[in-house]
Parts: sequence; structure tokens; C-alpha cells
Amino acid sequence: MDAIVIVGAGESGTRAAFALRETGYTGMVTLVGVEPHLPYERPPLSKPENGAVTMKILCSSQALLDAGITYLHGVGATALDAGRRTITLSDGRALAYDKLLLATGARPRKLACKGAERALDFRTYDDAKAVLSGVDTSRSVAIIGGGLIGMELAAVLRGKGLDVSVIEAAPKPLGRAVPPHFASRLHSRHIEEGVHFHLGQGVSEIRQNTVLLTDGTSVPADVVIAAIGVQPEIALAETAGLATGNGILTDAFLQTSDPDIFAAGDCAAVEQYGGGHVRFESWRNARAQAETAARNMAGAVEAFAAIPWFWSDQYDLGLQAAGLPQPDHQCVIRALPTGELAFYLADGRLVAAASLGVGNSLAKEIKLSEMLIAASARPDPAVLADPDVNLKALLKNAKAA
Amino acid sequence: MSWVSACQLDDIEQEGAIRFDHGGRTYAIYRGPDDRVYCTAGLCTHEAIHLADGLVMDFEVECPKHSGAFDYRTGEAIRLPACENLKTYPAEVVDGEVRVALN
Repeated sequence: MDAIVIVGAGESGTRAAFALRETGYTGMVTLVGVEPHLPYERPPLSKPENGAVTMKILCSSQALLDAGITYLHGVGATALDAGRRTITLSDGRALAYDKLLLATGARPRKLACKGAERALDFRTYDDAKAVLSGVDTSRSVAIIGGGLIGMELAAVLRGKGLDVSVIEAAPKPLGRAVPPHFASRLHSRHIEEGVHFHLGQGVSEIRQNTVLLTDGTSVPADVVIAAIGVQPEIALAETAGLATGNGILTDAFLQTSDPDIFAAGDCAAVEQYGGGHVRFESWRNARAQAETAARNMAGAVEAFAAIPWFWSDQYDLGLQAAGLPQPDHQCVIRALPTGELAFYLADGRLVAAASLGVGNSLAKEIKLSEMLIAASARPDPAVLADPDVNLKALLKNAKAA
Repeated sequence: MSWVSACQLDDIEQEGAIRFDHGGRTYAIYRGPDDRVYCTAGLCTHEAIHLADGLVMDFEVECPKHSGAFDYRTGEAIRLPACENLKTYPAEVVDGEVRVALN
């Protein structure tokens, strides 16, 4: 009998399990997750409503049952024998597979300074609960790392009235994922909201109620959160001798160096058209890769080609970005009543777009931009800058051309 | 059926939507490419996101957050992660005014 095993029950692994059924796969599907809960969504953890963490599950036990998915929770996969096509679980069981999907995700990077064990991670539901219950009795919090997670948490914790400090080793926050134009706007907004920034600073020691910076500054912190990024979970792939780098390496079909093993989501470093492997850490990527991997495991031969897209919510502002803006792109700004749109062109072709505005007010513009990118549109920069030109009309022209 | 005046037809762009709040609830009113108007519950059934902020293309509205999509004529969920249908309400245009029947 055919059997597919999926290791990792986050957004990607869970999506893949259901996508296998949607594509008509009738063999056994086993989903293995190390956390004790039903599969749940991670994005809401750093955007809690009314300051409380809620668990938004991806599917009910009944939905898993109805789809014929065996969900093994609270167990990890400790070894992978690609030759025998078998994985070993942390409870000693062995599972045989015909095809295996590694959706092992990523884990928080650890601080290396003295007292690092005092810092809380922020990745799982249990982490989120620990942080939010920890701050309930605190006055001050230091967030180490000024990336998306750190800045989202800074907004949430300011909203709870805490004294919030963000410590970032780079000269500016949000330098990695957010286009500079919007990174500086978000930075300003955090300053207006009263967040204290310590930029270009390392941490030399975390003490009780204090973070000591490399320049000798003491930052008050009843609670310390480490938000210095994640590293892909590749240990299992390594036990099988699969090709790895900054993630589990796959080709464009999400197939690893073993043809029976696929990878998707945060752990997968996917070969790009034009060379190199790229790993994306986003909700939509996790789902889109899961769907492609599921179809390919069921026999399709489909290259993964989705345009990267992510969002972040900070205070009442929503940031969205589609494509990968680069410093050498021509940047065109469109000012709108509720915020700003930025378009990025390479040799006249639209390749990326980003927006920052109140709530989801600019979401549809980003969606239309994404469709323009997919249509290989070459819009006139003056037209892009003009708020009176409807992007939908541009899209219809691009498709007609 | 009791009709409520919501807005003018000209307030909604063609293939567009606006949010309409009434009686403590929120709705989305759409103007289709056929120039007819339609009304659904205002929040996506996946997470509580206002659909009027989403992209309207043909007779489809897409949630601005997670790209779930609905046919706003019938409320049918047509793309994941949306899987629960939207409630729909009668809507009509009388002398340029959009009216909806919400109960």
C-alpha cells in the first residue's frame, strides 16, 4: 500500500496533508508533529487580539479523521533512513514511507551571551503564552532583535502599557525583510509610540531585570525576549545525508537530493531560476510550497513559481510586500489617502511592490501588483505614481498586450 | 422584508466593494461588472477580516489577508483557506440608491 509521511505539523505540513487528498491521493497519509496541540496557525501569535494569545487551529480532529489523515502529535522524528525509506520516531516507533515530506520548519536562533537562558523565545503557542503571561506582572521588557517578530511584539507590548526596549545589532531595525522606505516609517512610528531603540548594539549579558549592552548601557527588562531570527530545522535531513545548506536543498520541484523525499516551508531552500537556493519564512510560502509538494508527491511534475508575499501588522498599520525589492531596482512611490505604495522595477519590468497603510486598506493594490508582476507588465513609472490610475485597468491592458 | 438605505450606487466603483455597518453588524456591498449590487456579511469566515478591503474581480472577492475567496453573489467559499460560505442579503438599486434587506 502507498504511504506518505509528513514530518512537521505546522502550516506547511498540515496543508500538504489535506492537499494530498484534494489532489486525489488515496494512500495512507501520516502527519507527525512534535507539539502536543492540534495543528495551529503561527501568525496570530505575535498579533494577539486584546493582548491575549488565542490558539487558532488549522483543522479539527474530525477534519483530520474525515480526510483519513493519521495525526501523531507530541512526537519528533529522530532518524531518517533514506535507503530503507523509514523514519524513527522519538517514542521508538518506525514508520515506512513511499514518499516523505520534510516540513520541519525552523527554530529560534539562540543568543550566545552570558545569561542567554533568561531570554524567552517566540515561536510556538507555548512560547507566546509564556511571554504574555510573563509580562502581565512586569513593567519593562527588552526585545533583542528588531526584525518583523521583534517589532510586532514591540507594538503589542506597548499596547499593553509596558516600557519596551528594542536592541538591534544592525544600525536600523527591519533591515532584512522590509524595503528601507517602509522600514524607516515603521521605525519612526515605534519611536512615536514610545519604544526605546538601542541600535548597533550587541548584548554582553542578560541579568535579572537588566540587559547589559556592549557599550555598557543597562537596559531595564523584567522580561527579555530573543527575536534574532530562526534557523531551518535540518537535523533529520542531515541524518539521512540529504544535501543541505541554509535549509534542506531542493530543486524547483521541491524534491530533495533523494527523489522520494520532498521539502516545503521554512526548512526548504529551493533552487531558483537563475541559480542559487532561497528559503522563505512566510505563511503563504509555507502553504504554497505544501500544495506544490503534495501534487508532485502524488505524481505531478510542477515547478514551484509563486511570487513571495508577506504581511506584518504593527499598531494600526499593515505592511504587505510581494516580490523581492532590491536596492538596485527603480522605486516608484504612489501616495494614497491611507498610506503609500512602492513599486519596484528592473529594466522597466515590475518585479516587486510593497505597501504601508492603515489596516488592510492597501491590500488590494498589492494583490493587483502581484498580478501585474505575474503578467510581466512594464508599466510607465509616471502612471504607477499617479493615484488616479486604477491598477485594475493597468492589469487589463497588460493582459491584452 | 425591510429595506435599509446603505449608500448611493456611485459610492461604489464598478467591480468594487464598500463596508456598510448597521445595527452593530458589518456588511460588504458589492457592485458587480454587471452593474448590479450584492450584499454579504462583512467579515471573512476564516478570520474576522473586512472583505470590503479585498480585491473584487468579476464576481469574486478575495480576503485581503489570507487570499481566501468568495463568490459574492451566492456567498460560496471558492478558495482556501476560506471554507465556510458567507451569508448573503438581498440588495437592489432604486433611483441610484443602494438598499439592502438585512433581516
